[in-house]
Amino acid sequence: MSTNGSVIRIIIDGKEYLSRSGVYLIDVARENRIFIPTLCNISGVKPRGACRMCTVSVNGRYMTACTTPVSEGMEIKTNTPDLHDLRKAILEIMFVEGNHICPVCEKSGNCDLQALAYRFQILVPRFPYSFPKRTIDAENPLLVKDHNRCILCKRCIRTIKDEQGRSFFAFRKRGHKLEISIAHHLKDHLNKEIAQRAVDVCPTGALLKKESGYNIPISERKYERTPIGSEIESLKQSVIGDQ
Amino acid sequence: MAQKITIEPVTRVEGHGKVTIHLDEEGNVVRSRLHIVEFRGFERFIQGRPYWEAPVLVQRLCGICPVSHHLAAAKALDVVVGAGTGHGLSHTAEKVRRLMHYAQIFQSHALHFFHLASPDLLFGVDADPKIRNIIGVARVNKGLAVQGVMMRKFGQELIQATAGKKIHGTGAIPGGVNKNLTEEERDAFTKGAAPMNPGAMVVWAEEAIDFFKQYYKKNREFIDTFSVFPSNHLSLVRKDGALDLYHGNIRAIDSEGKVILHDVDYQEYFNYIHEEVRSWSYMKFPYIAELGEADGWYRVGPLARLNTCTFIPTPLAQKEFEQYKANTIGKPNNMCMHTHYARLIELLHAAEVIRDLLNDPDLQGNELVRRGEKKHEGVGVIEAPRGTLFHHYRINDNDQIEMANLIVSTTNNNEPMNRAVNHVAKTMMTGKKEITEPMMNAVEVAIRAYDPCLSCATHALGQMPLEVSLFDADDQMIDRKKKG
Repeated sequence: MSTNGSVIRIIIDGKEYLSRSGVYLIDVARENRIFIPTLCNISGVKPRGACRMCTVSVNGRYMTACTTPVSEGMEIKTNTPDLHDLRKAILEIMFVEGNHICPVCEKSGNCDLQALAYRFQILVPRFPYSFPKRTIDAENPLLVKDHNRCILCKRCIRTIKDEQGRSFFAFRKRGHKLEISIAHHLKDHLNKEIAQRAVDVCPTGALLKKESGYNIPISERKYERTPIGSEIESLKQSVIGDQ
Repeated sequence: MAQKITIEPVTRVEGHGKVTIHLDEEGNVVRSRLHIVEFRGFERFIQGRPYWEAPVLVQRLCGICPVSHHLAAAKALDVVVGAGTGHGLSHTAEKVRRLMHYAQIFQSHALHFFHLASPDLLFGVDADPKIRNIIGVARVNKGLAVQGVMMRKFGQELIQATAGKKIHGTGAIPGGVNKNLTEEERDAFTKGAAPMNPGAMVVWAEEAIDFFKQYYKKNREFIDTFSVFPSNHLSLVRKDGALDLYHGNIRAIDSEGKVILHDVDYQEYFNYIHEEVRSWSYMKFPYIAELGEADGWYRVGPLARLNTCTFIPTPLAQKEFEQYKANTIGKPNNMCMHTHYARLIELLHAAEVIRDLLNDPDLQGNELVRRGEKKHEGVGVIEAPRGTLFHHYRINDNDQIEMANLIVSTTNNNEPMNRAVNHVAKTMMTGKKEITEPMMNAVEVAIRAYDPCLSCATHALGQMPLEVSLFDADDQMIDRKKKG
């Protein structure tokens, strides 16, 4: 058995790669220009495996690439028809569980969820829309929380913290009513710079900076310039779903 | 036996509507109505949304003139963010918006004249519907059809350059715009191969006017007598009385030319214009408050604009305007079919404005947004292709919209369109035992002159075909004909 940090051999999609043991599979894939879609994962932040978008097959078992450290001899499949369909289903569930109206959303073109929907060529979800009744919380002077668009990925909770490591965001309520909130005891410390970081880290349009929407012209938005995954994949890499 | 005729759906207009005509036992028209049969509810579901979303969200009312809604909402929110109205924006922002707007006027007027109206003019109101359409136009006058398509394309390309997309762009934001027009984008138009350049568009707009004038010469009686009735007229005009489709004050005149609203500030439109609700239509009936519901109704759109303005500030359109005004010896024009004539003069004006604006270096400026002291309420008014368009928003302390009121161009023309239907029905159907297709089309021709966008006006979904039903004196439907 390999020790942590030792050089190991793994197989990804039939090809052998060298890596160091203990490194998360998602990072190994990224280093080797293999795109595995993610939504809740952020580089440098402890992974949670919340969204399951990065599910891959490891030695025949489904595991999340963001929480799985590689080890000697692992045989990983990132791109099978089953995985493609599983990921697509996860995306479709996210769309039907919220109220995502992309045509009027100011995050359109910069939204990870929308970009993945385009990549997976989602036209009509297979599940019925639930049209939940959700609110918009605009009480904070710097941020608007549009719960219609939140996919509960916890990126804001895990990333936006003060010097003492306390999170500015938290979950409140339970079950299907679960939603993000701004921590009451820290709300006065939330400044413009922190608000901007929160908006940037949100993969959808659930967190919006007040009074500054639609500033980036159409055709200059992030995923219009660089479709999601294309910054990772080499030109020769096959696209998801192709076998 | 008394009858009720229903024309449903009305064709070659945008949205869904139907016409009902009630005849008494002698076959006299006793009542006729244009019903708007759909409901959309934008004013309600925008409540609670952040105010800066309004220009992008509300424009989804329409796929034909979204730019008008986009800009009217942005103008209202200019007031909210403290940039003021009209000239409060930077030169670049105002001119980019003007370019976007005149491109919209240009493409929409071209669409209406060439695609929707020209079949009636080319083939006649009573021609076979199988040939009385744009495909029929293309068969007998290919040049005219191609011109229509290319003029619309030119306008749409300009909208894309300024708003980011041909339909439902995001160019205008509260206090300004999110992009200027780069030199490369400008050159694509100014140095574009013929006919896709502003000079060619001016020539084509002149040719369209010539086409109409020739038609007018041969059909003067029809054009001068079809659906003629006196009305008030209302539009924005520039401070000096010039035609200005982007910004100005509200002026209204009566059918004789007497000014009844004297260049009032549109921020206070609600003091001058009220809306009446009638149970049989989803479209409201606006009227000038001082004159009351019965006498305060008015027309908007090209016919009204050329009645209220004193002059047109571009030379070729001004020359045509003078000829046009000579037809009524300078008096207000109340002839419904002259709306087509007025629309084409505006088409030429828009082409001239676009040509001149494209040479303005302010379009390449970098000051895109201005802001000032924030307010909780703002009104934006613009002259959309179909007439005066009002957007009014009030926001709460959290920047959420708590009230929105939209008076859409076609809504302003609700009563005039109903009068037009009544006028034509009385003329064409009184005493007739059988309702023929040409009679129904004549009703549509009267509605079509207003270029109504019923989807916008009612905030309703869909396209606009027309249905006519025939009812007896006991209100029992005895015949119904559908089109579309």
